[in-house]
Amino acid sequence: MATVSMTVNGRSVSGQCEDRTLLVQFIRDNLGLTGTHVGCDTSQCGACVVHVDGKAVKSCTMLAAQADGAEVTTIEGLASGGELHPVQLAFREHHGLQCGFCTPGMIMSAVDMIRRHGGKLDEKTVRAELEGNICRCTGYHNIVKAVLDAASKMGDGARIAAE
Amino acid sequence: MYQTNYHRASSVEDAVKLASANDEAKYLSGGQTLLPTMKQRLAAPSDLVDLRHVGEMKGISVNGGKIRIGAATPHVEVATSAEIAAACPGLAHLAAHIGDPHVRHMGTIGGSIANNDPAADYPAGLLALNATIVTNSRSISADDFFTGMFDTALEEGELIVAVEITAPAKSGYAKFPNPASRYALTGVFVARHGDGSVRVAVTGAGADGVFRHAGMEQALASNFSADALDGVTVDDSDLMADIHASSAYRANLVKVMAKRAVAAAG
Repeated sequence: MATVSMTVNGRSVSGQCEDRTLLVQFIRDNLGLTGTHVGCDTSQCGACVVHVDGKAVKSCTMLAAQADGAEVTTIEGLASGGELHPVQLAFREHHGLQCGFCTPGMIMSAVDMIRRHGGKLDEKTVRAELEGNICRCTGYHNIVKAVLDAASKMGDGARIAAE
Repeated sequence: MYQTNYHRASSVEDAVKLASANDEAKYLSGGQTLLPTMKQRLAAPSDLVDLRHVGEMKGISVNGGKIRIGAATPHVEVATSAEIAAACPGLAHLAAHIGDPHVRHMGTIGGSIANNDPAADYPAGLLALNATIVTNSRSISADDFFTGMFDTALEEGELIVAVEITAPAKSGYAKFPNPASRYALTGVFVARHGDGSVRVAVTGAGADGVFRHAGMEQALASNFSADALDGVTVDDSDLMADIHASSAYRANLVKVMAKRAVAAAG
């Protein structure tokens, strides 16, 4: 057992876990932040995507110990106060979810994508960039619409403001 | 995943020392292959030595056609580096198409080539680019480094520190991703070097991992155009065959991807 400390959604946290504990387990089991999902066991589905030091990563393919000292943002950290993040709003508006299981990962990936591309996203890029996120309801069409809408609303300032 | 002990290395020297302290230790770079393998209990290192905080193993430099990429540099940095895009656009394109965005944020060039997956992208790039692999103890040419499927010239505990490449005159990479796994069903990297020689390396198709194709290299050396490959035969006897593609299908893909890579190289 080791003590792991990190900043999660702006809050300093630390907890005891085994060296083999995955970041996603630490987030869900130690911190009780269950918005981050585990959808597969093979690093393919992207339901577990969180941001570590500002970059989208699969938290099922990173050890909690590797994130010691890092800044982590999970789906719970996007809304400010009672106000949803523009990407969350767009997913609601465009019905970018069906069962909702993949949604946290989709939204965290979308926020990262908009941060890197700004408002200049086009449909082809969004579809290519969602390669690492699987929606088993196959609701991709509305997910892509939601990401494009959020990107255009957030505009070019989105590069900095995505978080 | 079985129990393991995590160590965070602060320097190359520190990493080698930590790894040598235990026979069953492994270096952990981006972990995008090693951790899934451990989760499936196909690997069970007693100790993991994390390389992500070793400053001297990170970063890209390009000086007068000499490219150096630190082994712990993630794919996203190679994919988005303006210097790499100018000096070796084929390599930037290759890095931009490894895995998915999340994998590219973590996975590293050193980890990819140390693993030498027969369907990984970087082995084809480095073999065609005639790269030099710099370790903590020596320099190894790509021709000598990739010794077979999941096999390299690395000794026990030897650590890749950086990769060095002389910028080619032209470079291009084309891959046909497996529709399910997105790994290369076949990928071909083509590089035309300053002395006029051409190197063509193929991943995803060889029964024993990445390989060069002499016939295509000769054809392209005399005429660097996709048409020059029309008369070249790709023998399928040493190619992989599995549920995804027969060896004959892969042989055809090798030629098609090589043509696309040449076209991309311009």
